[in-house]
Amino acid sequence: MAWFTFLISGTLLAATPLLIAALGEVIVEKSGVLNLSIEGMMSVGAVVAFIVVLYSGSHWLALVAGGMAALALSVIFAFVVLLALGNQVVSGLAVGLFGIGVAGLVGKPYENMTVAPMQRIDVPLLSDIPVLGPGLFHHPLPVYLAPLLAVLLWWMLKYSKVGLVLRAVGESPESANAVGYNVVGVRFLAIIFGGFLAGVAGAFICIASSTLWADGMIAGRGWIVIALVMFAMWRVERVIIGAYLFGAASIGELLVQSAGISVPSQLMTSIPYIVTIVAVSILSMDGKRVRLNAPVSLGRVYLGTH
Amino acid sequence: MAIGKEQVLTSVEQRQPLLQLDRLCKSFGAMRANEDVSISIYPGEIHAILGENGAGKSTLMKMIYGVLAPSSGRIVWQGEEVTVQSPAVARSLGIGMVFQHFSLFETLTVAENISLSVPESAAALSPRIAEFGQRFGLPVDPLALVHSLSVGQRQRVELIRCLLQKPRLIIMDEPTSVLPPSGIPPLFETLRTLADEGCAILFISHKLDEIRSLCQRATIMRAGKVVGAVDPTRETNETLARMMIGRELPHPTRVPAKPGETPAMEIRNLTSVPTDPFGVVLNDVDLTLRPGEILGVAGVSGNGQKELASILSGETTLPRAERERILIDGVACGHMNAGQRRALGLAFVPEERNGRGAIPEMNLVQNTLLTAHANGLVRRGFINRKEARTLADRCIADMDVRCQGAYAEARSLSGGNLQKFIVGREIMLKPKVLIVAQPTWGVDVGAAAAIRQELIRLRDDGVALLVVSDELEELFEVADRMQVIFRGRLSPSLTRAEASTATIGSYMTGGFLDRPADSEAEAA
Repeated sequence: MAWFTFLISGTLLAATPLLIAALGEVIVEKSGVLNLSIEGMMSVGAVVAFIVVLYSGSHWLALVAGGMAALALSVIFAFVVLLALGNQVVSGLAVGLFGIGVAGLVGKPYENMTVAPMQRIDVPLLSDIPVLGPGLFHHPLPVYLAPLLAVLLWWMLKYSKVGLVLRAVGESPESANAVGYNVVGVRFLAIIFGGFLAGVAGAFICIASSTLWADGMIAGRGWIVIALVMFAMWRVERVIIGAYLFGAASIGELLVQSAGISVPSQLMTSIPYIVTIVAVSILSMDGKRVRLNAPVSLGRVYLGTH
Repeated sequence: MAIGKEQVLTSVEQRQPLLQLDRLCKSFGAMRANEDVSISIYPGEIHAILGENGAGKSTLMKMIYGVLAPSSGRIVWQGEEVTVQSPAVARSLGIGMVFQHFSLFETLTVAENISLSVPESAAALSPRIAEFGQRFGLPVDPLALVHSLSVGQRQRVELIRCLLQKPRLIIMDEPTSVLPPSGIPPLFETLRTLADEGCAILFISHKLDEIRSLCQRATIMRAGKVVGAVDPTRETNETLARMMIGRELPHPTRVPAKPGETPAMEIRNLTSVPTDPFGVVLNDVDLTLRPGEILGVAGVSGNGQKELASILSGETTLPRAERERILIDGVACGHMNAGQRRALGLAFVPEERNGRGAIPEMNLVQNTLLTAHANGLVRRGFINRKEARTLADRCIADMDVRCQGAYAEARSLSGGNLQKFIVGREIMLKPKVLIVAQPTWGVDVGAAAAIRQELIRLRDDGVALLVVSDELEELFEVADRMQVIFRGRLSPSLTRAEASTATIGSYMTGGFLDRPADSEAEAA
């Protein structure tokens, strides 16, 4: 049964950063901005977190620092798309590549060093359950905080005024402006919030699930996050399901290998991406669903009242 | 210029004006959209701003509402000079606006939409929305999603949203253009109630009858300037029109149609579900179009006009098995795309000029090529530039398009001129069937008359025309027969003699159905 414990435990660990970053991206996209620079923001978050842990030893400080570093990067992105009115796709790609590059540069001296992993907490009593206990209830705290955050954001989007304004801006920035909301302001806040969460997600990967820094260690997870948000049709409840599903898919690879089944490792590594392509294609075919849930202004430059 | 000096002295003007515009100017580059506009608005009056499209009415309203900043001039609100930087400032002053193109959010409920403009939460607002609906005759379900509402209902939501902010001045931009005839009297009743309670209303319109029945004063604008201020109840349509367009109102001339026998285009029992979930399902549509006649399709917008135009033009295609449902000149073409149908002799003028009728970033020669490329403009895969240029020039000359020549970008033309160009371009293709959606939307009266006359001339040449329009007056002018579209169904055809405003009005709310559809009549 050890493999089952490993499957659950691994899934939670792999899904947590996906969930955190995807929640941020949902907020950004709900405001009508497509942020494709998640991969770069996660990389920057990861390398900064690694350095902070190395020198301070505080994992929590590292998570926050990673988030802030990515937030700084997202300010650049926000400036380009909101004020300079840059194309969101091109700007996102450029800022993302810039982030990956900067992370590699800053992280060069720390390549392949390791740090102590983030402390795992045992949930009293529950972690003593055989098989399930160690799988579900023996993890660093963020693993449990992420779903809580998801519930909070779900509530915010559905019931709060802030959520309403965010959805309104994403659906029709012109109308939102006409009824008196600051479209650029709302989108700016959404972008930096998304940037912060992407940074935290990258930091988590670096200091909780792998404990070392290596260039390119985010390994496409930023792209999976973007696909995940679309897969979830911009709905938080589906982002949660999707994140754990993708988490399981990425861990399945290790399981198959350990079971001694001979499958080319490249094929296994590509499974999460294949799942992404298939899932996104299938879901996008249902144009009606997309139309009902997608933020209508997503990706469109908002010219404001000039 | 008689601006600023109050020509008409009625009792309201002894009081302090609520809003005073003092020599407002607004330029966009070299274009002067507003020049020295001075107007005073008093509490409790319904004040018309009358002018053609492009006369600068919208620009003026946008300056009052804080969407645009004036280039020069002063805005005085209740005796104090103010700077209205944004709509939020306008609202805090007590200025509300109901837009022509609504600023509602389709995926949100009525209450959620309204809660975006006021401090209360959506839940707390629901009873107040109902209460306002009662008081002002604006019933609407607070929990309904906006995309499920009719256009008339959406306008009510806009109005309620505006009223909940307790405005002193309400700007209404062409409010009747989205209503069926039966919806107009209740709206006017609501506006009169509001005015009696002391609220001033700025009523923007180019419909003369409405202004004469509703407003106490009218300021007339032409080419960005105020050309007169009158008491509309003492004027006739002719005198108002003369001030508005600077010459007599042109009326098209027509002789009775002599339609041919063989239909040029037919639709047989067509039912089509649009891919857009907010679209309208076309239900059992039957239509026969003969050469040498103009068939008008009337209806309140949002009842399937877009879907009908798209299925006729070939932007929406049918499965191959259903290709017999659409025939052009006897050829089954339901499965054909727009290009293939054009090859059969169909031409189409869509309702959006920019983006569908023309590409804004391309010049007029390139825009000519878009639909005329098959008419000898391309040889061995190469464009014959000279020929294309000649064609564009001819179109510009024939239709009297005001522009800086054939190499002007489409977006540099005013709406009316671009529309003339697009209609002219399609006419030059010598089509057998021409489908025109909203031929004169946003087009000034002079250009609209020219376009309508051109459509009638085309009919006399034996072309089959189908005109979809929200404006009844337009259809009464051009159409030989009319059918009304309501919730995706087409009414039986009415001849000119049968098509009275009353009949069409009743058809527009579903009167032709066996079981009259629920509530739209009172709802709209």
